[in-house]
Amino acid sequence: MAGLHKSEFSNPVINWVDTRLPIFTMMQKEYGVFPTPKNFNYFWNFGALAMINLVVMIATGIFLAMNYTANVAMAFDSVERITRDVNYGWLLRNVHANGASMFFIIVYIHMFRGMYYGSYKKPRELLWMIGVVILLLMMATAFMGYVLPWGQMSYWGATVITNLFSAIPVVGESIVILLWGGFSVDNATLNRFFSLHYLMPFLITGVVFLHVAALHITGSNNPLGIDVKSEKDTLPFHPYYTIKDAVGMCVYLLVFAVLVFFAPDYLGHADNYIPANPLVTPAHIVPEWYFLPFYAILRSVPSKLGGVILMFGSIAILFVLPWLDTSPVRSAKFRPIYRQLMYVFVIVCVVLGMAGGKPAEGIWVVIGRVCTAYYFLHFLVILPILGKLERPLPLPESISNPVLTRMGGGPLPGGAYAKPMEKQ
Amino acid sequence: MSAVAHAPQDGPHHGPQDGHAPDQSKRDFLKLVAASSAAIGVGALAWPLVDSMNPSSDVLALSSVEFDLAPVPVGQAVTVVWRGKPIFVRHRSAEEIKTAEGVKLADLSDPASDDSRVKAGEAQWLVVVGICTHLGCVPLGNKPTDNRGDFGGWFCPCHGSQYDVSGRVRHGPAPANLPVPPYAFMSPSRIKIG
Repeated sequence: MAGLHKSEFSNPVINWVDTRLPIFTMMQKEYGVFPTPKNFNYFWNFGALAMINLVVMIATGIFLAMNYTANVAMAFDSVERITRDVNYGWLLRNVHANGASMFFIIVYIHMFRGMYYGSYKKPRELLWMIGVVILLLMMATAFMGYVLPWGQMSYWGATVITNLFSAIPVVGESIVILLWGGFSVDNATLNRFFSLHYLMPFLITGVVFLHVAALHITGSNNPLGIDVKSEKDTLPFHPYYTIKDAVGMCVYLLVFAVLVFFAPDYLGHADNYIPANPLVTPAHIVPEWYFLPFYAILRSVPSKLGGVILMFGSIAILFVLPWLDTSPVRSAKFRPIYRQLMYVFVIVCVVLGMAGGKPAEGIWVVIGRVCTAYYFLHFLVILPILGKLERPLPLPESISNPVLTRMGGGPLPGGAYAKPMEKQ
Repeated sequence: MSAVAHAPQDGPHHGPQDGHAPDQSKRDFLKLVAASSAAIGVGALAWPLVDSMNPSSDVLALSSVEFDLAPVPVGQAVTVVWRGKPIFVRHRSAEEIKTAEGVKLADLSDPASDDSRVKAGEAQWLVVVGICTHLGCVPLGNKPTDNRGDFGGWFCPCHGSQYDVSGRVRHGPAPANLPVPPYAFMSPSRIKIG
């Protein structure tokens, strides 16, 4: 419908703009008075933190690109020059490199949060799926970014990951040659990776916009996993959650700063300070820590195609998670068995990461295989069956009226539940 | 802002004794402090980004060049590159020096005496930045075949500015003389620019 917006802003300039393009009204609606469940815990900080991290990555990346040279003869030296000669180049580079790690820490916690509290369940299935798309884009971006410094790990990481596609029957080899733009990872590959590495964060920004738009249609889930029943269950986003997010942001910046200033290379590999050499593979080649669980899944299958299928499958399975979990109850708080199994699942993911970081020999092969099996078991067997068998605890009437006794104690006397809520 | 922020009007407060006014100013103060800290924080984060665009250490390290004057015959000029810019080094004849020194300052649009533009006792050497002060073109006049304009110095092909043998603007849209870069004689036949 065409027509001017009736703006309620008193400032004449803001009013003039808002009448023609109601962005101020939109911001006020979506981030000012937006009704948000009042019982968030700090796990609900991680979406906002991921958004901040994306901005940090784009800002530092734009300025790094001003000094980076995407050419096999100069890329390594140009990165060293950034560290040594460019004003604050050491800071930009360390923030950008460690920012990738921070991004994955945040997003993984954000996802485990979603799994624990059932945030992917109806009506938030699409919201969750858009999130998985963001994860895939992030992985591609991070992988291509890691190639740019053109050290040994960059080069051999690029070689190994692009070679995954050679597992595809019949057309695999042609696809790999297409990806490389030649017969090995070379200048053409580096150039296209730089181009795509610069492009993809903006695609991520677009998809994040969809993620937030979908979130603001369904509204946020909450630690109780029950729907908002009335206005009493909510608080305006500002100032309550802007402040709560700001507290989380301070902690996040603190951790980030420790990495950047005291251990900038802790999460990297020393071999990446050796310029790329297409004739010598490093003795122990592993991806960055955030890919290790997937790398472990890849290696645990003694078949080239099988490993690749399982690895991609481990992420693809997340797309259908909303339909694999058959329980109508969202929060693990009211699912005693799921709650225990959720902890097991997190531990399995961490152990997969550890197995991925070790040489593929001895006990770690067995551990990797067992954990890979459990990973798929969790999604394909446990979640569908558990939803039917498990007897959930009684759900609270509303967020303002939580059930306090674990074993379904029924309604409580008047004042008993008001007190603890004040702390939330 | 939610309604809570504007609550002080109604009801008694547990804040300072004299009603809501000090409470309100305390709130304003807190907002101001919070907003300024945030602004300082964002500024401190933005500065490294902006400063990374300034010349880097390796660029600054190249900010001086040495040049041997001996091969430049009288009447000729050569171009030296300093900080990516052309520097004109001209070996002037006694006649040219005399002409340059004879010009009345009143005739110049950017008055400067000839000896203010050369090193004392080395008036035969003129060293100027070879970039027209109008819009940055490189004027002609270093090659013997170039058009040197009506004043025997340099002629800018872009918009017709003319410079004399002292590098002073004499005609055209250029607002100022060709600047003299910082330089010093290391020996009678060797200079260091920058």
